[in-house]
Amino acid sequence: MGQDGESEVSAPEHSCTHHSEKGTVMRIVVDFDLCESNAVCMGIAPEIFEVRDDDFLYVLDENPPESMRAKVEESVQRCPKQAISIVED
Amino acid sequence: MNSSTVIVGASLAGINAARTLRLGGHTGSIVVLDADPDRPYDRPPLSKQILTGEWEPEKILLPAAKEDLGLDLRLGTRAKAVDLVARELTIEGPDGSVNRQSFDTMVIATGAAARRLPDSAGIAGVHVVRTLADSLALRDELEAGPSRVVVIGAGFIGAEVASSCRKRGIDVTLVEALPLPLERVLGAEMGAVCAQVHIENGVDVRLSTGVLEIETATVNGTERVVAVALSDGTRVAAEVVVVGIGVTVNTGWLEGSALTIDDGVVCDNTLLAAPGVVAAGDIARYPSERFGRMLRVEHWETAIAGGEAAARRLLADASGEPPAIFDPVPWFWSDQYDRKIQLAGRPMPTDECVVVHGSTEEFRFVALYGSGDRLTGVLGMNRPRHVIQLRALLEDRATFAEARERAASL
Repeated sequence: MGQDGESEVSAPEHSCTHHSEKGTVMRIVVDFDLCESNAVCMGIAPEIFEVRDDDFLYVLDENPPESMRAKVEESVQRCPKQAISIVED
Repeated sequence: MNSSTVIVGASLAGINAARTLRLGGHTGSIVVLDADPDRPYDRPPLSKQILTGEWEPEKILLPAAKEDLGLDLRLGTRAKAVDLVARELTIEGPDGSVNRQSFDTMVIATGAAARRLPDSAGIAGVHVVRTLADSLALRDELEAGPSRVVVIGAGFIGAEVASSCRKRGIDVTLVEALPLPLERVLGAEMGAVCAQVHIENGVDVRLSTGVLEIETATVNGTERVVAVALSDGTRVAAEVVVVGIGVTVNTGWLEGSALTIDDGVVCDNTLLAAPGVVAAGDIARYPSERFGRMLRVEHWETAIAGGEAAARRLLADASGEPPAIFDPVPWFWSDQYDRKIQLAGRPMPTDECVVVHGSTEEFRFVALYGSGDRLTGVLGMNRPRHVIQLRALLEDRATFAEARERAASL
């Protein structure tokens, strides 16, 4: 598959973490062996998921705020490959 | 909601209907039955990762089927007939016993079955790919290392099977009766691009070509395919034939019921087919205001969304809330070789088609379909980001001109 020469970047550094009411922190885990870059998650939560021109998915925010939980859960549900999961740290 | 619900069909639509009912507060019994004896599984990998051997069946179990939803799941159980007045279903269990199952509400999600070639029944080496059992049977034959596979039908299933065979290093002849593959879905211009993808990947593509005969020989007492005679006058020797010529909806058991059957179960715009009876998935035909016609959509995501919407329709009945209208933007993907084809919307083959990003020569592009001033579809090849972003324009009912402008800025 063609590459557009874009280099991989890591998730941005966090100066703070976002705690839920239960005191846990939501962390997004993507199984990249399963991910097929259908970009459904990007359609739901572009703030967190981005499929770039190299056809790979990048998680922009692995530790999103609680306010994003509904969108993240919808992304988990709608992923055609069940490649996304939420871990509570 | 505390009534008894029967869900006929335990694939994507049926299982998601069951899950939505339970999570939506349905406390009564939910019986889910399916003629397929295998635990509910996801179908897209059947023509891809299962066939290539990358994945084992355990990996494609539907997640909802692994949840504890308190369902009465009856696999290998077939619906034979339904009496909507008596609220009674006639079912045949895996042991052949026939029983009655009463219900208050019903979800119809029996989907569709693969069409077969006439006179091909019982010939070893001739396959379809619809169920897990189908896929595993074909995989066994591919693992034996046939010198050539003939794939009949260059639709999405045929294309993905051809791709999976090539990944295994097997020679493929792809036979299509129409002048171009997928022409009725994507139009002539994009159909030609899809044909070229196969050719680039070493497939012997035969367009405008029909099948005259499946030639057989008796091998170890079994009648087995040895070649396919084609309308172009050639005879292609092959140990395996895969037939991908579309599906027929599984509505036989509904004959004689009061439901309207017309290439599917005819529903209203909330997926209601009769009082207390909803339909979802491949079998549901519903009026789409968005596309101005009746639609029956065979896509993966429509099965999920339809299952959920059908369940919510029944929940709304129970709670007295107004039902929601079902009219999503259809969307699907197909992985062939190293290309990902995605289509959002529902263009007509005669709609105008404009490439707005990339180029078809490099098989990496985005095209928009339009009818008059209306955007009707977004097609991408290896451009998932653009397709998903432009899909939102279909949801917003953007004009063709607005979509072209937006595409130019991506």
